[in-house]
This record gives sequence, C-alpha cells and structure tokens, in this order.
Amino acid sequence: MTAIMEMRGISKSFPGVKALRDVNLTVQAGEIHAICGENGAGKSTLMKVLSGVYPHGSYEGEIIYQGAERRFATISDSEHLGIIIIHQELALVPLLSIAENIFLGNEPARMGVIDWGAAFKRTRELLAKVGLNESPNALITNLGVGKQQLVEIAKALAKKVKLLILDEPTASLNESDSDALLDLLLEFKSQGIASILISHKLNELAKVADSITVLRDGTTVETIDCHTEKISEGRIIKSMVGREMSERYPHREPAIGQKLFEIRDWRVEHPLHAGREVIKGVDLHVNRGEILGIAGLMGSGRTELAMSIFGRAYGRNVTGQALMAGREIDLTTIQRAVAAGIAYVTEDRKSLGLILNEDIKHNVTLANLPAIAWRGVIDERREATVAAQYRAKLNIRSSSILQKTLNLSGGNQQKVVLSKWLFAQPQVLILDEPTRGIDVGAKYEIYSIINELAASGKGVIVISSEMPELLGICDRLYVMNEGAFVDEMPASEASQEKIMASIMRQHGTLQ
Amino acid sequence: MKHEVIKGQTGTDGGSGFWKSNLRDYGLLGSLLVIMGFFEFLTGGVLLAPVNITNLVLQNSYIVVMALGMLLIIVGGNIDLSVGSIVGFVGAIAATMMVDYKIPWVPVVGLSLVLGGLIGAAQGYFVAFARIPSFIVTLGGMLIFRGLTGNILLGQFVGPFPKDFQSISSGFIPDVLSAPLSDLFGNSFLFGPGFRWTSMLIGVAGAALLIFTSARRWRSEKAHTMETEPFALFVGKNAVFALLIVGLSYLLASYRGLPNVLIIMGVLILLYMFVTTRMTIGRRIYALGGNRMAAQLSGIRTERLIFLTFVNMGVLAGLAGLIVAARLNSATPSAGNSFELDVIAACFIGGASASGGVGKVMGVVIGAFVMGVMNNGMSILGIGIYWQYVVKGFVLLAAVYVDVYQKKTG
Repeated sequence: MTAIMEMRGISKSFPGVKALRDVNLTVQAGEIHAICGENGAGKSTLMKVLSGVYPHGSYEGEIIYQGAERRFATISDSEHLGIIIIHQELALVPLLSIAENIFLGNEPARMGVIDWGAAFKRTRELLAKVGLNESPNALITNLGVGKQQLVEIAKALAKKVKLLILDEPTASLNESDSDALLDLLLEFKSQGIASILISHKLNELAKVADSITVLRDGTTVETIDCHTEKISEGRIIKSMVGREMSERYPHREPAIGQKLFEIRDWRVEHPLHAGREVIKGVDLHVNRGEILGIAGLMGSGRTELAMSIFGRAYGRNVTGQALMAGREIDLTTIQRAVAAGIAYVTEDRKSLGLILNEDIKHNVTLANLPAIAWRGVIDERREATVAAQYRAKLNIRSSSILQKTLNLSGGNQQKVVLSKWLFAQPQVLILDEPTRGIDVGAKYEIYSIINELAASGKGVIVISSEMPELLGICDRLYVMNEGAFVDEMPASEASQEKIMASIMRQHGTLQ
Repeated sequence: MKHEVIKGQTGTDGGSGFWKSNLRDYGLLGSLLVIMGFFEFLTGGVLLAPVNITNLVLQNSYIVVMALGMLLIIVGGNIDLSVGSIVGFVGAIAATMMVDYKIPWVPVVGLSLVLGGLIGAAQGYFVAFARIPSFIVTLGGMLIFRGLTGNILLGQFVGPFPKDFQSISSGFIPDVLSAPLSDLFGNSFLFGPGFRWTSMLIGVAGAALLIFTSARRWRSEKAHTMETEPFALFVGKNAVFALLIVGLSYLLASYRGLPNVLIIMGVLILLYMFVTTRMTIGRRIYALGGNRMAAQLSGIRTERLIFLTFVNMGVLAGLAGLIVAARLNSATPSAGNSFELDVIAACFIGGASASGGVGKVMGVVIGAFVMGVMNNGMSILGIGIYWQYVVKGFVLLAAVYVDVYQKKTG
C-alpha cells in the first residue's frame, strides 16, 4: 500500500500552550484511519492543520499529500485536492434546502445563474449514494441530526473527496444511525476513498478502523495496525490515558431509600403543533439514593420529557401530577421547579448550559445567586469561596476560577454545569447525556460525582444514548420509545439486547 | 479552541495575564487622554480652560446618563433607538406642565420620570413579552415620540422655566467655604471669591475615597488569592484616576464650582457600577445577554429582566429630557434629535458588544467623553457639523475594529 497523506513532525503552539509536539501521521490509500485521544490531546488541532484552517507557516513540520509537499493557506486549497473535513458541529444552513446546502459555494452555474435542474439531479444521485431518502428540496431544519450528518457527507462527495475527515461523526447519533454511517465509510473504502475518523467510541473503531493512531497531550503515542494486532478497549484506553483503566465505572454500594419524586400520567403537546402529543402519559418515580436511567433512541422523547418536567421548559398543555416526597409540587415555571428541588443538566452544555463568555465563578453561582447575596448585593468573597470549593471538589482543570468557560475542555465544561446545579441544592437531578463528547478519564470522574450524589440521598435520573453507560451506573431503567415508557427493569437484569428488544417489540406492534 | 488549556497547566502567569485581559480598559482611558491632549494642543489650551471643562460636563451629562441605561439594554442583547425622541417628548410634556399649567417644578420632575418609565415599559412589553425585535419596536417609538413632540409644541419653543428648575442643568453647588477662608488667608487667587473651595474639597474627598475603597478591595482580593492586578499597575492606575479627579475639580473650582448635573451624573455612575458589578440583578442581565437560553434554564426570568432594562432606560431618558430642557431653558421640537446615535456610539466605543453580555459602566462613561471631547474640540476649531459626523463615524468604526481584532488575536 502507498500513503495518500503523510504529516511529518507537526508542531503547533497557541499563546501559552503547545497543542501539538512533533506529531506524525500516515494515512494509507483507501484505508480508514482512526485517531483516538482524550479531549485536549490535540486531535482537532491536528485536523485543522491538515485541512488548512491553520495556514502553512502557523505550524512547524510538513504535509505530504499525493506524493508532493502541500502548503495550504486556506480550507479551499485543501478542498480542491479532495481533503474534506466534516466538523463535530455541523456546518449546514438550517433554512436552506438540501440541494442548496450541498452546492453552497460550489453551485453549478453559468455566469452566476444557477442551473437548478443540474443541481437537483446531482443531489438525487448523491443522496442515493449516502442512502438518504429525502427530497433535495427538504429544508435542513426539518431533518434529524443523523440525516443532517448524511447531507454533510453528500456535500463532501460533491466536492470529489479523496480523503474524508470526520470529527466525532456519531457523537450525536443513535445506534442505528451510527451503524449506517459506519457502513457508509466501509462502502467508501471499497471505492478507494480514505477516511480519517476521530472517535471516542471504541466499539466503532473495532468495527471499521484499519489502523489507529493514539494521541496524548499533543504527541503521537503509537499507531496500531488493526490487521496484525487484535485491538481491545483496554489496550486503547491504556494508550490514551497512559495508565490502566481497570474499571470503566466506579464501584458503588447502592443505598436506596424511600420514594422521593414521582410524576403521574405526564402528557405534553408539541410546542408548535397543538394537539400532537409528544409525551403520552408517562409515570415515573425515583427513590432517594437511586440512580435511575432512561434508555431509548434519539427522538424517543427523553429530553422533551425532562425539559417539560423542568418548569415546562419544553412543550405546551403539560398535564399530569408531580409529587416530591409525597407532596404535590408546582412545576409550572423553571423558578418553581428549581425551588421544588429539581435540577436539569442539559445535553447541550454549550448553547443551553453555560454562559461561555463568563468565567467559572459566575457560571457556578448563576442558578442560586440569592445564596451568595444579601438583599440583592453579591458577596464576592463568598462567591469566590463557593466557586473554589466546587472547582476543587469536582476537579475542574483550569488556571483559576476566573477562567472563561469557553476555554475549558468538554469534560471540564460539563463539571462547571454540574457545579452550578449542585450549588442550587436540588433533591432530584436530571442529567441529560452527562458524558456526551467527553473523554474516558473525565467520564469516570462524572460517574464518581453521580455516585456521590446518590450516596448523599438525592435522586438521580440519567438520560443517555450509550447503553453500556446506563447499564454500568444505574440501579433501574425505564425504556422510552415514541413518547411513552415501554419497559422498566432493574439494571441487574438489563442488557443491551433486552433494551433493544423492548423498543423493537413496540415497533413491531405498530408496523 | 479546545487546546487553549491543556490539563495540568495551572498558569497563574499573574501580572502579564491580568495586564492582557484588562488591556482594553487601559487602552480606552489612554485613547481619551490622547484625544484630549490632541485637542488641547490644537485649540491652544482652550479645551482644558475651566470654562470649557464646565461646558464639556454640561454638554455631556445627558449622554452619560442615557448611556448608563443603554449599556444595560445592550448588555441584555437589545438596542433602543427611541431615546432621543423620548428626550424631546418628556421635555415637551414637562415644559407644557410648568409653563401652560403652572404646575410647580418638583412634581413635574417626578411626573416626567414616571412618564419616561411608562414609555420604557410600553416598549419593553413589546420587546420582552410580545418578542418583537427591539430594533423594530424602538424604531417605531423613535418615530412616534418625535411626532408627538412636534404635535405638542407645534413648532413653538415653550419656556422659560422657573429658576430652580433651570439650576438642575445650569446651577452649581453652593460655596460655603470660600468666604471664611478668604477672611482667614487674605485675598489671593486661591483664597479669593473666585475659587470655590467647597467644590475643590469635594473633589479631593472623592479622590481619597476612591483610593481608600480600591485599596481595601485590592487587599481583600489579594488575601483571598483571587486574581489581582500587579501592585505597580494598581498604584499607577489609582494615582492617574485620583490626579484626574483632583485636577478636574481644581479646574471646575476655579470657574464656578461643581455643576449640579455633575453631582447627579456622578451619583448615577456609582450606582450603576454597583448594580452591574455587585448586585444579582446586574449579574443576571449579563447572563441573559451572554446566553439567553442558558440563563432561562438557570431559573432566570429573562422576559421580566428585559422589560426592566427598558423601564430603566425610559426613566433615564426622561431624566435626560429634563436636563436638556433645563439647559436650553425651553422645550423645542428638535430637542434630543439624534442623541440615540451618540449614546449608542458611546456604548460601543466603551467596549459593549453588539451581541450582548459584554460591557462596563466605566467603559461607556469614558466612551461618552471620547465622543464629547471630539464634539467639543471640533466645534472650538470651527469644523463644520458634517465633517464632525464623518470623524465620529470613523472613530466609532476604529474603536470596534480594534475590539474585534484584539479578540481574534486573543
């Protein structure tokens, strides 16, 4: 095999930080090359160097692509040569159609007049290639995240891609969409398109990767050839974190108490389509000291349920009863839900959880300002003390409590959001995808925090798309599908197959 | 950028870090001093003459007063284009009440502030609860209140006003010390009737208070291991501020003393500094502007908060309307014309961000004076009003450009 792309001795510095140190990466023609590493290991930076986001001259080292040294000054330089990067945050315009997005900046046009016939025809071909059955006219905003991801890939194909770079493409996809995406990568491979896949999900790597390069703290640790060496999760994790991870989930002795929080016959209508029920009569309870999991596919209504409980932050015509320790509580506004002892840690920490422009201190105290203030005047010393306590307790890695949350890694941002809600002193915490997009080490820390919360007698509800995670940390599981709970089981009796079976069973009766 | 902090790095690079993160504040103050020096030189010393300094304060007071309210609006993620028209409208109503209906000035002041607040509430309702973009709501308000002002005044000037009302703008604080001091020390310039010792001493006391409070704050921050500015910078900054205050009060004292309106302005600046930095409501406004959804999900009543920023803006615009009317000693149909532009420019020059969540009181005060000194300096030089617009436009653009550029390079 020959190398299609080789990065030699790449180093890149930001003010005060050396993000990459002498990194080497060789991608063979027509292979799927995975890159692993904890958050902050330098994966994204390396890809930005490769794709020309950081222009030649801003880094050291050289890039050999298709046999010649390349000096990309902009992204379009690398795109011309078929290097296409698909970022974690999708770069689609929500109110334009699929066809318009696919050909954005690359429109088939003569003298500036777009040939829509050609564009639509080509779009249909591309959509067929990625297996997406949608009209080229459909607006992006009406598609789910999984389908949007496919549009991104179709867009890459339109640019005659030779080296496709995917930055955590499955982070926000459910299992079936993830599988479809990985199959697509294998299909491309058979057509000779090489891919670089950045991923945290080790089972994906086992499925598709030909070789794996592990980065740690901005340096290359090793490149593993998956054909000569059998890879295991333990092997890769050890290489990533530089230590053995004997347990992915911290040990815990559950001490489950009385019933703490309960909702009965909870019904929610879609915020825009009146009369369309999104949550269809859910009964849920959580006990003191219990970690309760809600499993289900993306779009099954888990987040909608959680947000409607949290002060009707989602939906309209919310009906149903809510009880805390046997007494009925009022959850009609977010303020009342917080006062009743409920906290909701969002799945989307960047746009719903943090004030990114503000420092750790201001974010931690935001949900409970009265606790650090007297008659509306903030006691700054008390605030600093509180923030410093949580920074130490949750091990938020940062220069100080005055660091802007924008500059923190995903795991540390998540800890700040958790701190904010811990400081609000809730009885019940609803954690929506608490470990999405964060690395193995930080995940372990988040699990430990969840365990401590349960041990202190709080009720913890965890929503997650990663079933192993739910099985690993929860005491009891609800399975949700299409706005209703379809099954309930103790985690000790649950398995991924059993959960999927509950979901499929219901699908079966519907179809 | 994920990699800006690699874990384990506990870079308390102390001095340089602080210097960098506060560069903008010092830069802004530096620019004001440079602009003042520039015009002082070009006008041959007229700019800093006591009489002109007094004028500068009088001309800028209403811009500063409104910029305080506008800062909260902009930090909250909105804009208010109607303030100039509210100045005209409130001035016209106040004038009608005093001149045509002979209502005493004290209740008129109260009613005018309430009127300003009601106008703000009406606009705030549409922005906060009906969710119409503030640009549109206040563009409407701008037209409506300018039109109503014209209809009330019918092209007439309404005035004059009672002496006491005029003194809001044109009065100076009474001098009780100069006469006895003059008796004691004889009749030199410093101790003659021309030098207002009360004003001078208030200025000195203000400077002392500034040094005392910031020293206390600095010590307590140091003791609690919070990030503080390096000692030399701290001393230097406070020395410059104290000297400015003492120098300013010396200049004012050698003319007619501290203007009443300067006292109003000073009290408001301190109040809004306190509200924005120390009070929960201030903190919540910044959170709202920084990320509205996150603030809402943290239990902050964002609609009510936006509404309140508009009520507050209305009251301050009403106050500015009274100050302008008192200064002109009449209400005119064109009073307050295009003030909104100066006010908004002051906020953006002062470092507020158009996308919300960012901006400091001291910044917009300095921003307002940058605009004020340029207006005043160019007028003294006899530069035509249209060229003044051109220059101010470029300065606004340059200030924001520097801001954006700094952010990009980190």
